[in-house]
Amino acid sequence: MNSTLLQIASKYVQWLLILVAVIALFRGHNYPGGGFIGGLLAGLAIVYRGFAFSMSEARKQLPLSPEIIIAIGLFFVVASFMPALFTGSPLMKGEWYKLQLGFTELKLGSPFIFDIGVFFTVIGVAISFVFSLNKKE
Amino acid sequence: MALTALPILIPFIFIIILILVRSTIWARRIAIFGTILLLLVSVGLFSEVTKRGILTLTMGGWKAPFGITLVIDYLSGLMLIVSAVIALAIALYSTKFIDYPHKSHRFYVFFFSLIMGLNGSFTTGDVFNLYVWFEVMLMSSFVLITLGSKKKQIEGGIKYLALNLIGSMLFLAGLGLLYGKTGTLNMAHLAKILIYDQQSIFMNTSAILFFIAFGIKAAVFPLFFWLPASYHTPNITISSLFAGLLTKVGVYALFRFFTLFFIQDQQFWHTIILVIAGFTMVFGGMAASIYYDTRRILSYHIISQIGYMVMGLGIFSPLALAGGIFFMMHNMIAKTNTFLVAGMMARLKGTFYLKDVGGLFKQDPLVAVLFIIPAFALAGIPPLSGFFAKFVLIKAGIEAEQWVITMVAVLTGMLTLYSMIKIWNEAFLKKAPEIPSEKRLPAKLSLMELLPSILLGLISIAMGLFAPQIFDFTFEAANQLINPINYIEGVLNN
Repeated sequence: MNSTLLQIASKYVQWLLILVAVIALFRGHNYPGGGFIGGLLAGLAIVYRGFAFSMSEARKQLPLSPEIIIAIGLFFVVASFMPALFTGSPLMKGEWYKLQLGFTELKLGSPFIFDIGVFFTVIGVAISFVFSLNKKE
Repeated sequence: MALTALPILIPFIFIIILILVRSTIWARRIAIFGTILLLLVSVGLFSEVTKRGILTLTMGGWKAPFGITLVIDYLSGLMLIVSAVIALAIALYSTKFIDYPHKSHRFYVFFFSLIMGLNGSFTTGDVFNLYVWFEVMLMSSFVLITLGSKKKQIEGGIKYLALNLIGSMLFLAGLGLLYGKTGTLNMAHLAKILIYDQQSIFMNTSAILFFIAFGIKAAVFPLFFWLPASYHTPNITISSLFAGLLTKVGVYALFRFFTLFFIQDQQFWHTIILVIAGFTMVFGGMAASIYYDTRRILSYHIISQIGYMVMGLGIFSPLALAGGIFFMMHNMIAKTNTFLVAGMMARLKGTFYLKDVGGLFKQDPLVAVLFIIPAFALAGIPPLSGFFAKFVLIKAGIEAEQWVITMVAVLTGMLTLYSMIKIWNEAFLKKAPEIPSEKRLPAKLSLMELLPSILLGLISIAMGLFAPQIFDFTFEAANQLINPINYIEGVLNN
């Protein structure tokens, strides 16, 4: 597709989508959202660029290959199991830490690390699907 | 105990590592290292089970009926060890026999995800979680079948996937019904509810759905179509991996479900199971005898041998269950080994078609010896492992006065022997037909190519020599299955 409107729009919409994806990821534990939805949105941002220009363009814009993104995601998933091991509780137990940030407090926990893992895995899977469907033999 | 999750975590970590590794040589080394590690962990966990009883782990600290519990009892522990042995043999074998241009290293990623699904199925104590592990296995095995991207493989892969998805759907339906009726999917909790429930005869609707679903996975008569349609298509390494492991998970699930909580209405179920076991044995054995492609013969053999394991469940005495479990262990090792040898024969001769091969005994006597060991083990010749497995099953059949199935089991042994002798005559004794080959074929195989088969052959012999010791373990496994109180207490009160 070669539409100037789409190409110009994609430059802004792409970052907007990634911003929304990250917001969805952060609010995921208690509100609608989470790693899976965030990952799909972020994957969409990359695919959107691919539609506006070309898939190879989108591929070039990515710093890492989809497989490596999947591996990073899976690594975060494993990492989220680990805090429970150090505190002696059962594997995958959610451990929460509160950070006092001025007037508000930020809750960080191992389920969030798990969500980050899902986020990256879904991005990697989604874009590798689209890239391989777009591949010409 | 946190280590209970290791059989799942180790493959998972190796998947991550292997995604990043691009070099095939390193992928192979890492895979061999990973499977050795898995074997050590499995043996360690099993020895913990023998010392401390059933191991449980509640994931995320959610107590038993609510969260997912991982449970390792004798049966799970034995299955973990045997599948780790097979994984090691396949990892060694793949170094010589997996050869895809540019993507051999991809094989190992899906190899480990298959192992992860398998170990997950063996250790989980939750019905829905079992469903998830079945799907993990289904997806990775589908990718493995189609990895070569040949037309035949895609065809076999699609058949495999379609028929197995029907099984998964029935599994899910049965699971939904079960949850609707009992409000729980934790296996121990289900058992606790159903043992004391007078109305548990209504469970038959769920039980039949589970039975068909696991029947499809285990490839029993008449639900086995997917197996002969797909097993001869992929690379022989992958066929061997599937032959040893995939169908046995279905049998494992049948053992687990029909001893733990579907124990109402025993008369009805055990008759059905025995009838199906008999048909499976005979049909698989007969179908094997008409083919001339080694892989097809061996594929039908897998089906035939599933009948024996299911027979152990159908007779339902401690002796029969112990025999069934021993048979499963012996069969996983020997069956994988026959497929490995079939791959070696094809490497030496360039084809799997028996009419076009011959004279292998003269060409490489070591391969002949390596074939004889698993073939005789499967046929049940003493002192190899299969003899003791069949002996105990038949003894249990006679003690339970199940004459028909006992006769069928004895006669199927003849069919097995017949098709093993057919392969032996055609491939090893017969004079090689004069067929000019375009490819240059090796005259002998190197030690590295033979090593995995030697390993499994030695285990088959050892299982025969140390059969009493192994039977001690399988008897304990059978006792745990027959008296599920320990399992229930272990999971719910940990």
